[in-house]
Amino acid sequence: MMKGKDMPRIQMIKILLLVVVAVAMINGGLELYKHRHFQLPLVAGPGVTKVKKLSEYCEGIAGTMADTSVFFLEGREPGGKILILANTHSNEPAALLATLIFMENAVVEKGTLILIPQFNHSGSRNTRPGDGYPLYFEIPTDWGSKKFRMGNRDASWLDQWPDPDVYVHYPDRQLLSFIDTRNTNRTWPGRPEGPLMERVTYAAMQIIRNEKVDVVVDVHGAETMFPVTNCIVAPEKSMRIATMTTLTVKAQEKFDNHVEPSPSGFRGLSHREIGDHSDAMPFLLEAPIPFLDQPTGPKTVDLLLDGKDPFLLSLSKKGKLFVPYDETGWPIAKRVGQHCSVIQELMRQYTRKFPEKSMAVRNVPKYADVVANGVGFYFHDPEKTDKKSIYFN
Amino acid sequence: MPLIMIIYYGICVYLIAFLFWNFIKEKKSVNDMLLYLLVLIPLILRVLRVK
Repeated sequence: MMKGKDMPRIQMIKILLLVVVAVAMINGGLELYKHRHFQLPLVAGPGVTKVKKLSEYCEGIAGTMADTSVFFLEGREPGGKILILANTHSNEPAALLATLIFMENAVVEKGTLILIPQFNHSGSRNTRPGDGYPLYFEIPTDWGSKKFRMGNRDASWLDQWPDPDVYVHYPDRQLLSFIDTRNTNRTWPGRPEGPLMERVTYAAMQIIRNEKVDVVVDVHGAETMFPVTNCIVAPEKSMRIATMTTLTVKAQEKFDNHVEPSPSGFRGLSHREIGDHSDAMPFLLEAPIPFLDQPTGPKTVDLLLDGKDPFLLSLSKKGKLFVPYDETGWPIAKRVGQHCSVIQELMRQYTRKFPEKSMAVRNVPKYADVVANGVGFYFHDPEKTDKKSIYFN
Repeated sequence: MPLIMIIYYGICVYLIAFLFWNFIKEKKSVNDMLLYLLVLIPLILRVLRVK
């Protein structure tokens, strides 16, 4: 039993603890709340002809954080159709930046370009505080800096929960890691009544089937210590065009980009399931992103954008990395530039092989342009843009 | 919101009440008081749909 004279002291301690913990919780919680609700203005350039929501292709995502904008850039002449997916993994931001360059600048002469800049929209509103992820990053431009949310690989638990013990892939019933039930590069081809992320990939499959898309490009980034990096992943049906693309960019634009075959026994991946469940040719692009490697220093915005890390440099000298790496790191401009060039070359190679479904896009920079000018050079100031051309997810 | 998520949120609310009651009842150990409050943080943030 407590003595009467101790009561005030214990009560004081309790009140003090409550205040301290409440302040810590409110302070930390507010940061996370602001991050989840931060709105990124998506600027539709002159080439954008219509904008739809992904939920128009699958009702099951309407009204959820998984719904996202789909931008159509239709050419004056008919031709082939290409779908570009970015932010399948929202912690690989070069994909989003490259896609926004297309969205703000591209003018389509032939065919149709369909863009989903924030494919796993829930993932873009998630973060990884345990890994010390920055909540935001900024890209310098001529008119100031453009601020982006730094997202996570998987959808937020707030939007899809609980996780199963094991993710049973649909329709192959392959057993995958439980966390992959929220990973939109494991839930293809999806189903309309499945978990939320399966509905997201199902909606994309409906776009591919209904709009008769010919080419799908899923844009990513991968660790320098992971062998499937700096490459195009392609299934059998896309292999020839992928190979011609890597050879051409190597010869003409002087950067390496090899081809990796899509494994037929590993299910749920975009480069496998899209090809198997539709007539479209899928390609998955990987550019190196040192930020995602495990043995690095702190996960700072500088590391994210410059890709410079002394530990990776040391490992590079020991031959442990799968890409060339020196003191210059892997700047974001190189990664975004690679994506811009590879996507355009894929379109060119497809046009060469299927002239009746040709695609022609102009006003999109190539690798050398982005490296020389920086990524921000190609972004427009939302404040000075017609409000009708600004979209928020 | 699916029924299973509503049930999980119900469990969170139950744990919050349970831990907070333990915090109120604790009369001696300051360490235990602090631990009860720290364990409460993620549960409260989840119920508030922050994290």
